[in-house]
Amino acid sequence: MRYLPKSDAERRAILDELGLASIDELFASIPESCRLKRPLEVPGPLSEKEIIDYFRARAAENAAGYTSYLGAGVYNHLRSVVADSLLQRGEFLTSYTPYQAEISQGTLQAIFEFQTLMCQLTGQEVANASMYDGSTATAEAAMMAARLTGRRRLLISRALHPEYRQVVDTYAGDLGLEVAELAFDAKTGQTDPDAARAAINDATAAVVIQSPNFLGVLEAVPQFAGLAQGAGALLVVAIAEAVSLGAVRPPAEADIVAMEAQSLGLAPSFGGPFAGVIATREKYVRQMPGRLAGQTTDSQGRRGFVLTLATREQHIRREKATSNICTNQALCALAVTMHLALLGKQGLREMAGQNLAKTRYAVEELEKLPGVRRAFSGPYFNEVALEFPRSVRMINHELQRERILGPLPLGPFFPEQTKRGLLCVTELHSRQDIDRLAAATRRAFESLGVGARETVSSPAER
Amino acid sequence: MAQPMSRATRHVSLNEAMLFEKSSPGKRGMELPPLDVPAVDAGQALGAEFVRDPVEGFPEVSEIEVIRHFTRLSTWNYAIDLGMYPLGSCTMKYNPRVNEFVARLDGLASEHPLQPAELSQGCLRILRTLERILLEVTGMDAITLQPSAGAQGEYAGIAMIRACLASRGNPRKKVLMPDSAHGTNPATAATAGYEVVNIRSDASGRIDMSHLAEILSGDVAALMVTNPNTLGIFEHDIARAAELLHAHGALLYMDGANLNALAGVARPGDFGVDVMHMNLHKTFSTPHGGGGPGAGPVAVKKHLEPFLPIPVLVEKPDGKLAWDARRPQSIGRLRAFYGNFGVLVRALAYALAYGPGMVEATRDAVLNANYIRKKLEDVYELPYQQPCMHEVVFSDARQRKNGVNTMDIAKRLIDYGFHPYTTAFPLIVTGALMIEPTESESRQELDLFVEAMRSIAAEAAETPELVKTAPHSTRVGRLDEVTAARKPVLRWKPEAR
Amino acid sequence: MYPANYRYTQEHEWVALEGQTAIMGITDYAQHALGDVVFVELPKPGTKFTAGQTIGTVESVKAVSELYCPVSLEVTEVNTALANAPEKINQDPHGAAWLIKGRATNPAEAAKLMDAAAYEAYIAEKEKEAHA
Repeated sequence: MRYLPKSDAERRAILDELGLASIDELFASIPESCRLKRPLEVPGPLSEKEIIDYFRARAAENAAGYTSYLGAGVYNHLRSVVADSLLQRGEFLTSYTPYQAEISQGTLQAIFEFQTLMCQLTGQEVANASMYDGSTATAEAAMMAARLTGRRRLLISRALHPEYRQVVDTYAGDLGLEVAELAFDAKTGQTDPDAARAAINDATAAVVIQSPNFLGVLEAVPQFAGLAQGAGALLVVAIAEAVSLGAVRPPAEADIVAMEAQSLGLAPSFGGPFAGVIATREKYVRQMPGRLAGQTTDSQGRRGFVLTLATREQHIRREKATSNICTNQALCALAVTMHLALLGKQGLREMAGQNLAKTRYAVEELEKLPGVRRAFSGPYFNEVALEFPRSVRMINHELQRERILGPLPLGPFFPEQTKRGLLCVTELHSRQDIDRLAAATRRAFESLGVGARETVSSPAER
Repeated sequence: MAQPMSRATRHVSLNEAMLFEKSSPGKRGMELPPLDVPAVDAGQALGAEFVRDPVEGFPEVSEIEVIRHFTRLSTWNYAIDLGMYPLGSCTMKYNPRVNEFVARLDGLASEHPLQPAELSQGCLRILRTLERILLEVTGMDAITLQPSAGAQGEYAGIAMIRACLASRGNPRKKVLMPDSAHGTNPATAATAGYEVVNIRSDASGRIDMSHLAEILSGDVAALMVTNPNTLGIFEHDIARAAELLHAHGALLYMDGANLNALAGVARPGDFGVDVMHMNLHKTFSTPHGGGGPGAGPVAVKKHLEPFLPIPVLVEKPDGKLAWDARRPQSIGRLRAFYGNFGVLVRALAYALAYGPGMVEATRDAVLNANYIRKKLEDVYELPYQQPCMHEVVFSDARQRKNGVNTMDIAKRLIDYGFHPYTTAFPLIVTGALMIEPTESESRQELDLFVEAMRSIAAEAAETPELVKTAPHSTRVGRLDEVTAARKPVLRWKPEAR
Repeated sequence: MYPANYRYTQEHEWVALEGQTAIMGITDYAQHALGDVVFVELPKPGTKFTAGQTIGTVESVKAVSELYCPVSLEVTEVNTALANAPEKINQDPHGAAWLIKGRATNPAEAAKLMDAAAYEAYIAEKEKEAHA
């Protein structure tokens, strides 16, 4: 087998040195009753070519060749082949966690650069070396707020990504933390500050909002920071679309930012692996989960980097650890670092600007169609909820015939948001793509019997 | 230095500043295709209160500077591609390159998790196939591929135990584990709200069964065990431990970090395990990438299936695959979407390459560890005489007489061109040296390792200072971790002007 | 080495009682075992603890040690100078690096703790065990 660097002769020679007749003897400590007495019933073995053929065949059974307008926590953005070729260097790909600092300075300096970039992006003072993803980062941020305040109540915006919310519920439930929901304003799509004002009390550990939120709308972070902090609670801001930080002001007033960095250089890859980040104030750093790379010197005064504040972590603190996280998303964070190095200050700004422009162009074109209009009045980045004259699922069914994946229906997540779908447009959608979307939607409307003069039904009719 | 080493020689490596220190305004490494729709003014589109300036301090460097930056950084790292990692319980095996290729295929890397299921059958088929293979290897009944790492898998496992016991009337209060357990085990039990109780190990390094019998009560939810344990020794009483636990209405959790010793030889489901996690970045070769990503699937017996995290992959009557989230007893969702899909693709590619021949990898892994044990047992103390499996644990007892400890020996190993083994773990051995070569090592590589370790043992006896002040050949010496912890500097800042 | 007027716990804390005021810290043995101290976590003034309860932590790079309350007390003052100079704990653990001052709610508890001679014998035993 090509992955095993031993010939049978070499195995025999080693066995001779060990004074054994067969490798079987080395398994004698396993009782007979525990042993598997037949070969594994699994497919293979396959040669390299056969492996590639297998996966190509699976790839052909998916949506390659479709134009997708899906966002909702996973974003399709431009990536450079330069980053990917660097990422495949064996010294990055096949290296271990940098516990032995002297021979891991490459990884450690890159982590330090990543931490810096995340601080610059989010306007916070410290950032960690990655969490599994944005959803677990949000849950960990909420638990961190509970530890810091000593309080047990979480106020979570209904406009937080529903899957992020489910994850927070899972972890919070285990710790006996109470979770209450904050409504969003039906007109603006933003979390309702009055709801927050009414709900915040001295049992509140954290207020959790997302910006841009699941509906694509930007939240008024300074206002919620004031409300939370005024009551001794912390403001946690989740960010699922990190490219927005190229144009939108960062949540500097937040106490803890829980971000998903996927849109900064990671492929959608059917949902993972991604890179979550927690960024926060320096004074909270000892309650922050995840690895941290710190700058220091050796005895000759040479600059170097080490994993630091390790006493927060599982391998030392054991049952008192801030989290049980061990393996993180290091290689993904490295991919993000490389991507941001290439994109740079101007590139990120330009990319964000293109997202703003293309999404608005798409909204303009689609609003020309009968019965289509923006569902919420709040400001948006590259994702927007649109109201349609028919069920979004039925429209998408028609669009799929033309190899277009249309807006994500909101009804399954919010029962009152029927006939509304979430449209995401990025710099990767050409003008032609968007024009084609508009034309295909028009054709879909025709098939579905939408009249040329249809308008959006009034709230009373819904 | 005493004598020339056959393994390593010093070599010039280039220095490299930080990205931010090489920046100049106006440089860029990546260009976007031109905007083909009307531009918008961000202030007008978003409103003045939402607009930001270009990110302050963000790097501005050219493409070639980025290439050189990261290439130079990479040359400062050790890696499996360079040589053996003897790290115990890490299973640092070869990361096959075809796995990287297939994970990047258009049609796999490009897929959005929320696209319609009928347009994702290829992805779902990959997951289903991996699930079946892992169930066959572990001898269990049902599985989730969602956890992003071993620790998250452990959490899911303990949460499922809790949910199962709660459904029977009492979630109970305590989780037992041996004092040799990996740190994630107690951290996980605590996160799930359980009190951790340590079980003693007996003189043979295994769980003390009489202590187990003594502390088992109606208060105990589970025993968390690693098998083979962190000493590399098979817990031969594990089936009996399972019976004892089950008789008390408790469950057996197995930490599958050491599955590399068992795959194809013994199946945890066959010796009484109720729930276990696996580390695909260990046994199934997915790359460590400097610390992750990994994947920590959790496999369970039938009675725990209702509690699996949502969504669960199901096969419909027409043969199509779909996600099922309507599971009222589920412990909930562990993360958004379905898990580290790209990692799961790599694990499947690895499993397909071997087929049933996976057992050969297990046999070679155990052979290699025993070879190292044989070649070093006359110079390093072996605290436990039991046969070891895929890893061997020595102690620094002999070297400590000259003031040389396991950390020092590990650092000196770096001068010989190896990554250190796992130091000071498991905690039950004072001054442990935990060595796991994996099956990926040739005879030559093993011999070079043995030669290096024997040479260091001689140095510890004759010139201990050389070992105590190692490494001597690296770009930086031992770093000041104390100041790094007292006054943490966790980001680059521009010099104050 | 170990002040005669202090009392000592098995977890290597010392406590000095003056009437109802208790002062506590960790012993020289403890700081030596920990190595370079990098951080210390102390309770808020006003909080009450019973003897044996965890009252704080002391951290080195590679280890964290729980601090256990030697006699039941209500915290009146903590040594804030240690926040910026945790190394004082290594330099002067019995004096300048006291950790917590409090009002002892049951001063008689101190009698159950070891005196200096007993403590020195206790750590001598520990040293023997470690090198067995």
